Amino acid sequence: MSSIVQKSRLSATVEELKPSGIRRFFDLAASMEGVISLGVGEPDFVTPWRIREASISSLERGYTAYTSNAGLLELRKEISYYTEDLIQVQYNPQTEILVTVGASEAIDIALRAIIDPGDEVLIVEPCYVSYEPIIRLAGGVPVFLQTSARHQFKLTPEELESKITDRTRAIIFCYPNNPTGSIMTLEEWKTLVPIIEKHDLLVLSDEIYAELTFGQKHESIVTLPGMKDRTILMSGFSKSFAMTGWRLGYVCAPEDLLVGMLKIHQYTILCAPVMAQMAALEALRGNRSDVEKMVESYSQRRNYVVKALSDMGLTCHTPAGAFYAFPSVKATGLTAADFAEQLLMEEKVAVVPGDVFGTSGEGHIRCSYATSLEQLKKALECMDRFVSKRLS
Amino acid sequence: MDQSTTKKLLMLLEENCRLSSHQLGLLLDCSEEEIEAEIKRLQAEKIIVKYPALINWERVQDNPLVTAMIDVKVTPVRDIGFEKVAERIARFPEVKAVYLMSGAGYDISVLLEGKTMHEIANFVTKKLAPLDNVVSTATHFILKRYKHDGTILEDYEDDRRMVVTP
Ligand SMILES: Cc1ncc(COP(=O)(O)O)c(C=O)c1O
Repeated sequence: MSSIVQKSRLSATVEELKPSGIRRFFDLAASMEGVISLGVGEPDFVTPWRIREASISSLERGYTAYTSNAGLLELRKEISYYTEDLIQVQYNPQTEILVTVGASEAIDIALRAIIDPGDEVLIVEPCYVSYEPIIRLAGGVPVFLQTSARHQFKLTPEELESKITDRTRAIIFCYPNNPTGSIMTLEEWKTLVPIIEKHDLLVLSDEIYAELTFGQKHESIVTLPGMKDRTILMSGFSKSFAMTGWRLGYVCAPEDLLVGMLKIHQYTILCAPVMAQMAALEALRGNRSDVEKMVESYSQRRNYVVKALSDMGLTCHTPAGAFYAFPSVKATGLTAADFAEQLLMEEKVAVVPGDVFGTSGEGHIRCSYATSLEQLKKALECMDRFVSKRLS
Repeated sequence: MDQSTTKKLLMLLEENCRLSSHQLGLLLDCSEEEIEAEIKRLQAEKIIVKYPALINWERVQDNPLVTAMIDVKVTPVRDIGFEKVAERIARFPEVKAVYLMSGAGYDISVLLEGKTMHEIANFVTKKLAPLDNVVSTATHFILKRYKHDGTILEDYEDDRRMVVTP
């Protein structure tokens, strides 16, 4: 065999892509036994039976073929009603809705449809880990907008304005937010609209946690005058309906943008899996009291976790949505990564260091409370012991 | 405590009555004292009646119990209807439940537990059938329980998630 170091066979773009920080941490946690995990970014519920049953029944009846590229029209109609219900905005199921393989695909085709090489896309961080790599894969340049615990991780107009250049094409964000659990109110969205309009930006709004808010309703920027025409709304069934493994999402957008996304989708995906589409149809058509119950259960566990974290001396804003608490660990004198790693080694509790979601997340850890009360209680007791050794 | 919080408290206790007042307070965002006072009131008003455990007796070795559902046809009594018979039946300790039914070919449904089929047969012929106003009975034995009081007894829906996901 030749000993000459071979040039990588990967493209330069892929070669340079950093592996997700979450991956490294996963490998570490997965190699240990008896770990209590607050590191899981998905519901602890199994998909409600009515939804599973509907999918099984569709299989029995022989629904095993491709659907239209955009997804079953029936499903797009239901998504249209559902979206109107959630945020009072109407999308035409024929021309403005596309069913995707998870919100993940929605994010991918939305970014690819709008980016020309060198275009800058603003990312509000801390945020979900896929935005930056997808922008890079599309030839774009990610530009990060910082948020902070001081403003409950909400985007401020000052920060937005300060990062806009001639090359800025779009902005992407997610509220209710993973990893911080923060939400934005309508008043707060209103302060951003003039800047977005002035610089003619496209808006990519990841609203996958829209249904998981506590005590406050989810507000979307799309509802503000003029915004529907420049916004791509991306969402999915993973979180609200506890359907992560089904891989089903959707995107709602003005027709010209949707046509572009549909082009990518039809060549790369063809259509979302039909059994998942049939399940989603039941998710939206059936009695959604199961979703209400799940939301109530997250809300109660949130109260529990936030109080326990504050009691142990970590400052933690009260998250209004999603299922994450994002306390600061600065008082322990540790970086987020050291805290998470030492906690795992000493107490076998897994949390995710905040900096994997962007530099704004440094000094914080993401604790998912989508886990049983018993596990939460144990994990918090271990954390308490761990933290008290480090607070003087 | 407002009504909606009370209802949430009852639902939590119904699911797991061993949660401490402290834990309940954290979950419902109220103080331990508030929780305790409210539970006291609910007990006094007999809204919370009892704190039983849900036991899967089928997994207990030498489990001796046989359960039967008995349809009982009754001649109603003027003024008091079925009340008197139902009450009489309910007082037998081996009777686990008594319901007045609509739409069936019978009136009262009785859930009965005994050590053997023989014991149940005895109860039906010696105690139940001879009661005044009982016209007829039909006994059905339960062969296996799949779900009891809202809980699937052999549930395989464990946590199948990976330890860390984005
Ligand atoms: C903010 C955010 N967007 C998108 C996704 C991906 O969701 P999906 O399962 O629909 O691909 C996740 C999943 O964790 C998420 O947290």
